[in-house]
Amino acid sequence: MAHTHRTSIRFRLNDQTVELAGFAPDLTLLDWLRLDRRLTGTKEGCAEGDCGACTVLVGRIDNGLLSYETVNACIRLVGSLDATHVVTVEHLNRPDGGLSAVQQAMVDNHGSQCGFCTPGIVASLHALWLAEPNPSEADIERQLQGNLCRCTGYEPIVKAAIAAAATIPDADNDRLVAAYDATTEALTEMADGARVTIEHERGTTFVPGDLDDLAALCEAHPKATIVAGSTDVGLWVTKHMRDIAPVIHIGHLEELKQISIDDAGITLGAGVSYTSARGALVAVFPQMAELWDRIGGEQVRNMGTVGGNIANGSPIGDTPPPLIALGASVTLRKGGSHRTLPLADFFIEYGKQDRQPGEFVESIFVPALAEDAFFAVYKISKRRDEDISALCGAFHVITDAEGMVTSARIAFGGMAGTPKRAASAEAALTGQPWSWDTIQAARLALADDYQPLSDWRASAQYRMLTAQNLMIRFFLETCGAPVRIERHPALAEA
Amino acid sequence: MDTSTPRSRTEISGGAHVSRKHDSAHKHVTGSADYIDDMPEPAGTLHGYLGLTDRAHARITALDLDAVRACEGVVAVLTGADVPGSNDISPSGRNDEPVLATGKVLFHGQPVFAVIAETRELARRAAKRAVITYEDLPHVTDVRAAMDANYPLVTDPLKLERGDIEAGLAAAPLRLKGEMRIGGQDHFYLEGHIAFAIPGEDDEVTVWSSTQHPSEVQHMVAHALGTVSNAVTVQVRRMGGGFGGKETQSNQFAAIAAIAAKKLNRPVKIRPDRDDDMIITGKRHDFVVDYDVGYDESGVIHAVDASFAARCGFSSDLSGPVTDRALFHADNCYFYQDVRLVSKPMMTNTVSNTAFRGFGGPQGMLGGERMIEEVAYALGRDPLEIRKANFYGGETRNMTPYHQTVEDNIIGRIVEELETSSDYQARRAEIIDFNENSPVIRRGIALTPVKFGISFTATWYNQAGALVHVYQDGSIHLNHGGTEMGQGLNTKVAQVLAEEFQVDLDTIRITATTTGKVPNTSATAASSGTDLNGMAAANAAQQIKTRLVAFASEKFSVPAEQVEFIPNHVRIGNELMAFGDFIKLAYQARIQLSAAGFYKTPDIHWDRASGKGRPFYYFAYGAAVSEVSVDTLTGEYQVDRVDVLHDTGRSLNPALDIGQIEGAFVQGMGWLTTEELWWDDKGRLRTHAPSTYKIPLASDRPKIFNVKLADWAENREPTIRRSKAVGEPPFMLPISVLEALGMAVASIADYQVSPRLDAPATPERVLMAVERLKALVADAEMSGEDGADA
Repeated sequence: MAHTHRTSIRFRLNDQTVELAGFAPDLTLLDWLRLDRRLTGTKEGCAEGDCGACTVLVGRIDNGLLSYETVNACIRLVGSLDATHVVTVEHLNRPDGGLSAVQQAMVDNHGSQCGFCTPGIVASLHALWLAEPNPSEADIERQLQGNLCRCTGYEPIVKAAIAAAATIPDADNDRLVAAYDATTEALTEMADGARVTIEHERGTTFVPGDLDDLAALCEAHPKATIVAGSTDVGLWVTKHMRDIAPVIHIGHLEELKQISIDDAGITLGAGVSYTSARGALVAVFPQMAELWDRIGGEQVRNMGTVGGNIANGSPIGDTPPPLIALGASVTLRKGGSHRTLPLADFFIEYGKQDRQPGEFVESIFVPALAEDAFFAVYKISKRRDEDISALCGAFHVITDAEGMVTSARIAFGGMAGTPKRAASAEAALTGQPWSWDTIQAARLALADDYQPLSDWRASAQYRMLTAQNLMIRFFLETCGAPVRIERHPALAEA
Repeated sequence: MDTSTPRSRTEISGGAHVSRKHDSAHKHVTGSADYIDDMPEPAGTLHGYLGLTDRAHARITALDLDAVRACEGVVAVLTGADVPGSNDISPSGRNDEPVLATGKVLFHGQPVFAVIAETRELARRAAKRAVITYEDLPHVTDVRAAMDANYPLVTDPLKLERGDIEAGLAAAPLRLKGEMRIGGQDHFYLEGHIAFAIPGEDDEVTVWSSTQHPSEVQHMVAHALGTVSNAVTVQVRRMGGGFGGKETQSNQFAAIAAIAAKKLNRPVKIRPDRDDDMIITGKRHDFVVDYDVGYDESGVIHAVDASFAARCGFSSDLSGPVTDRALFHADNCYFYQDVRLVSKPMMTNTVSNTAFRGFGGPQGMLGGERMIEEVAYALGRDPLEIRKANFYGGETRNMTPYHQTVEDNIIGRIVEELETSSDYQARRAEIIDFNENSPVIRRGIALTPVKFGISFTATWYNQAGALVHVYQDGSIHLNHGGTEMGQGLNTKVAQVLAEEFQVDLDTIRITATTTGKVPNTSATAASSGTDLNGMAAANAAQQIKTRLVAFASEKFSVPAEQVEFIPNHVRIGNELMAFGDFIKLAYQARIQLSAAGFYKTPDIHWDRASGKGRPFYYFAYGAAVSEVSVDTLTGEYQVDRVDVLHDTGRSLNPALDIGQIEGAFVQGMGWLTTEELWWDDKGRLRTHAPSTYKIPLASDRPKIFNVKLADWAENREPTIRRSKAVGEPPFMLPISVLEALGMAVASIADYQVSPRLDAPATPERVLMAVERLKALVADAEMSGEDGADA
């Protein structure tokens, strides 16, 4: 179809409408807020999406409904903001100017000391307050995974989150609720399906109008950086000062945000965020719940996508090991043509994936588990939450009525230059009885599959030993023995 | 002040000993508290960025900065040669720390030049364009390797000695030796370093600096500019965290910003990226402790011979007093009959390590607690029993290794109360039972005490000033030499002042710390902020009150003792007057309503050469019980429950004190668990951002966290309203976490072998400790021996 064109993006910032043109392709939301708009309540703590001092809310219409999510402004690119509502701490107080329920609870519970992380924490807790009327400690901790505080030890902040929940958000006490209908209308009007092209001396930003337009842009600009959540690309900008132009934003494309489930499995559009994927994915694979809640922090899960995690091909990405173990496939598109290949084959070697110039990841299909299958995924990291895996192992074993292993798929991240299957260990299991002795043989076989490296996350020795021990954990779990430490055991079932 | 509110005559709002919110809490939560990077920039402001070396140790053979100068927006490029005064910011006076390195670089990441450009981004991009040629030299990053390579010491070592160590060790019935490795720690203040210099007339310059030590920044800036201190004004309203990381480390940024501002006659701001901040600035010292302990079958320690070697980095900075303080705390709460403690402040090709909450004390104390743990496991006893058997107490067991008598000991009562309130004994028994029947998950529990010495060991630092103005309308302006970094110092000092004048807290306005108002201040460090500045503010108030009493007495012809400051009012004989009205009268009578207060800590002295004295005015005490679970397949763990009982004397503000304790606990727990500094073979620090350096999250805090103040405690010394310092002492409470992890590991060998879990106890270190014990058990079974043997 023919597209209308624009040369500026339009969005809401707090209570104003903003139209921006001619900005750099690598302009971050944080720099724009602080340097251009002088909204200095939002802080820079790390400029890599880990500390959360820059947390702001971004509202967007999703399936007709306006909802707000926390994001890291430091790694969010301004070009991705078309038809959104950006809300900073300056706009989180009550419509009458008083402190919001969250802000008041933070004051009453002594939730700030140095105060530098506080605006980001207030933003994160505000999003939770809007979304969850009765948050559990687990909910609060999950919401705060992406917010570092070095002063308080978090205890008063968690208490503040609980205390704030006693107040129900309404139009009198919250500006976002008060303006909900008006904002919905404004954003709906802004999302006109036009292609936006922003020219700047450092390069061009494209915001495609729809999926076909994306395909056309990718073909026309095969070297473009495709940006979904910018949780990786943001760091290329802030840490490496890499030239990323031209940039094509895809985070807004409805067609890439589709999730479909049938008996065969689940299909995730490449633009589905971790947060959006969680419900459907965990419904099909409850074993993924823990891993999913340990990917990045809440802000990163709101921004980042499974498609991006795959397309960037990191050897320590959290999603490829379980997806490979489950036999997932990836569908790529170039222009009007598609091809589908096993995910395991997509990763060629470190830093190299089977993606042609002009091609982009469109969707991922994950086949459902057979009824008698055992499946588990384990992430090992120095810190439990918001850390990058030292290693991540996924195990998928099917046994027959006699207890013989008919199929074994094991994949690890962090053990090689790419997420990789454990061919020797799989061979040691297949055709053998599902028993302690078989597991011991498979453990030893892992040493043939991987030669891990030593780095700051773990030594080679620890990686190998733990990978082998995870085989034991998996076996014990299939026997029904509880062998994991769970911080909130009652909730793990939910 | 808001005079429309009726003021109480019976009680002031916000006096001493009550919980009050942080004075900036409202601004924190609304984003309206300004940090230096939030201040409006004057027209013409330039931005600096530092160029860092990528060598750990090398001679610079050529420094080509032409490409940097040619970059868009670049206004100037500075090197060490552009420093108009002295190219030195060493706080130790040893002249070993350049503003910008010249000739040689001594650690990977040392700043070599500074780019000044129209924007920060342009400066940062330009800084990448330098071409520096080097002749590499051998480098050493590890403490043990530095000792093996006979690397020099960065400063004079200290020896503390009492009794006859050789005889004591020889006579002890039992003896053990070992080594403990203790990792360092990055401060990870959320607000990174920043300095903003605004040039003035002549040689004057004003520097806004995120610093705990404005007077030293003032001195260093003057030194680097080649001028005198009265030309330099340093200001700080608040920091986004400090923790010791902004005691001396602000000097470099402030000096470069000031040099550039004076050279270019334009305002200059410097703010490094987080990664650069972590690479450029010093951290907590890593230590290797070698110990030799003589003890007996009852667990009483007879003799301790220990050395504390520290990774000091390329220069001395504060490494002398830091390693001294490690020795001062190696005894913790325990009496050693014969003792010799020596420090080894090793030079290494790493960033120069610096102050960090506890200032070496935590590492010293951890070494001491390791020795207790070793004795306990060697005897097959609960470490708590060994602790109690060695506590200071009684006439003959009260002398520290530095010959100060422990006079205010309350650790016995604290531990006893905590042991009961936490149900320690029953829980320990239950855990031992649990472990017997749990093949993979093991649990541990530990109770550890803290005794921490309060005062700067540099005795002259124990002084402070304050400046108090009472204006005609009765509103009060408070300024003091301390700096606010989140600890609530300003709130506490304002409470002290409110109590003195008997006015509501909101009568008092707290103002930015500036060297122009209170001179020659000490760093806000060593937990001393409230002790020193609170006393100085009280002194200022007392001076003004003395004048006011004399005035009232004369004017109303009443005896001085009939003039009384009561809540928000003054009683003069039978007359009652609102405070503001009274002040107006005093003003009209030309009474001076302003005073500079001063305080110096009495009764302390320290002779470093002989290792004897009374370096500490008093001790702060506390104890914690921690319980953990450990996965013996992966080394993963969690902290299930923590109970703390801590002594803050008569707390000035219980809510703020509990906040300090909780925050210190979690920060200390991070130091001992997930926070790991990792250098590669090129001498590069690879954990230099939150993506790679992992401080605790909300989901790492103890799942159950009970923190109580010892509300019966009172400082026996006449400190400010009998309170005690609180910033650092609770940082050492989480030694109980490390030891609880150790107990879970030790369960593998039935608690008969010391787990020797080094810090930080990452999941990897925990698993490797498990593996060591498993191997010992397997060996013992193979050889048919009964039990394992270390």
